[in-house]
Amino acid sequence: MKNVAAIAMREFKVYFSSPIAYIVLAMFAAIFGYFFSTGLAYFAQFSAQAAMQGGGMGMPPLNINQFVVAPSLGNMTIVLLFLVPMITMRLFAEEKRSGTVELLLTSPVKDYEIIIGKWLGAMLLFCAMLLVAVINLSLLFFYTTPDWRPMLVALLGLILMGGAMTAVGAFLSTLTKNQIVAAALTFGFLLLLWVLNWATSFSNSTLSELFEFLALSPHFEQFSKGVIELKDCTYYISAIALGLFLSKRSLESLRWRA
Amino acid sequence: MIKVEGVTKRYGPAVAVKNVSFKVERGEIVGFLGPNGAGKTTTMRILTGFLPPTEGTALVGGYDVQKEPIEVKKRIGYLPETPPLYPEMEVVDYLRFVAKLKGIESGDENRRIDSVIDRTSIGDVKDKLIGKLSKGYRQRVGLAQALIHSPDVLVLDEPTSGLDPKQIIEVRELIRSLAGEHTIILSTHILPEVSGTCGRVIIINEGRIEANDTPENLTSQLQGAQAVRLEVDGPEDEVLRRLGDVPGVNAVSCENAAGRLVCRVEAEKDPETPRRLADAVVNLGWGLYGMQSLSLSLEDIFLKLTDHDKAPAARDAVADPEAADPAAEPPEEVNE
Repeated sequence: MKNVAAIAMREFKVYFSSPIAYIVLAMFAAIFGYFFSTGLAYFAQFSAQAAMQGGGMGMPPLNINQFVVAPSLGNMTIVLLFLVPMITMRLFAEEKRSGTVELLLTSPVKDYEIIIGKWLGAMLLFCAMLLVAVINLSLLFFYTTPDWRPMLVALLGLILMGGAMTAVGAFLSTLTKNQIVAAALTFGFLLLLWVLNWATSFSNSTLSELFEFLALSPHFEQFSKGVIELKDCTYYISAIALGLFLSKRSLESLRWRA
Repeated sequence: MIKVEGVTKRYGPAVAVKNVSFKVERGEIVGFLGPNGAGKTTTMRILTGFLPPTEGTALVGGYDVQKEPIEVKKRIGYLPETPPLYPEMEVVDYLRFVAKLKGIESGDENRRIDSVIDRTSIGDVKDKLIGKLSKGYRQRVGLAQALIHSPDVLVLDEPTSGLDPKQIIEVRELIRSLAGEHTIILSTHILPEVSGTCGRVIIINEGRIEANDTPENLTSQLQGAQAVRLEVDGPEDEVLRRLGDVPGVNAVSCENAAGRLVCRVEAEKDPETPRRLADAVVNLGWGLYGMQSLSLSLEDIFLKLTDHDKAPAARDAVADPEAADPAAEPPEEVNE
């Protein structure tokens, strides 16, 4: 456990001694800020119109969670496709390139501790990124009374989805010494997972159901509405487990192929 | 402390290490000597648990490298050929990270870090980024990293490669100062390093152990011959003939230098030979201006051992007296 923490903390700190952390955080802040503020502006406009037109004629007031929070967080899932590869590309590729992987593999540390430590380090940066969203969202509480529960659920969904994407990225980073290759592989693979259900979404075959289940994005829909479904959690958690497991096997194979 | 038995390592069809066996006792400094690509690094990686052997077993401190890797790794400090440093970290932070990895108790951490910083004299750069350090300092930080958990065994892969002469001397001294409390295995393709620091030499070539002995024994016994340099005045062919007649002498070669003959006599190993040579010269009434016993250097043995299955031309080159004359040839050439 101590080893996992040491590796995770080192990984997290290293992000901040390179430009990666700042770029990722700034991009997230800018894009989320854009979605959030435009969403909020429309919301204000629509509520004003609704109030003028039907002022209290049995129409429930517009729901800010539904109109602002869910879409802006939902939109961010696409942005993650671009940001996650930047976070995960260096995890193992850099260690392999510079030879520091020899230090890790000859230290009294188990392989799974290395993998989990690295993944957690990346997840820390991911959560720091979500913190930007949390700051934005918390502003809402000053002006109105949004429901905080669906917000938390959506954030949980983002963390789970980010965890799955990061685990995949970590695995792909073990395959190469080149960070760019790792990033490209990760982006390509995540994009494929993302669009998996697009082509088959109109048919009812078993294949389309399978693709629907395997695809990354459909599992977030319920989360964004504030609903935690077992199958969505299972999907993301299995994806995390699979990604970490494959990373471990890949790291082991390094010993045989090195 | 270290016991390697019948270790073979194959990379696909290529054999990197072939049936290697050796032992290292506690407190020894053993040098792995061999040309590049001889299997030194592979052997070390097997010992440190980085690579598994294809066949055979390696024990460190009684633990099998494959069966109990964690126990082995706790007892080994390893400096790979390229020191495993994170350029974006400060030296102290890096050492703290390594200390955690090596399982040092957090109460002990600062004491251990201070002690290795002191030991490797990197105190004046400890707050600098590793990426900004010179090669010599990086090597020291690499050593500090290997020493931090005061391991029983230190495995150093070419610890002086790429350093300037002054740094080489410093690192060598550092290694020598570590002897006794640590068992050290170091690899090198630089000969003086071995004769200067190691108590024992294991010569590896093409994945096989060619020799395993002290540098002194290697230079004297393995050779089974000695060479004597004589400075004489006398007629050249006469000198050649008479010295060649001395019992035990195998070969004589002379050259004229400032009116005197400088002769190199190769003879069988016999403590009486120099006296017989001197007697011969003096009895014939020639002047004997100088006499020197030439020890055949490690370099000669190294070349002989690692060249034995090369083309005959290569062997001739070694047999050439000039190439084999240690006095005339400082070891720099092999350093490259």
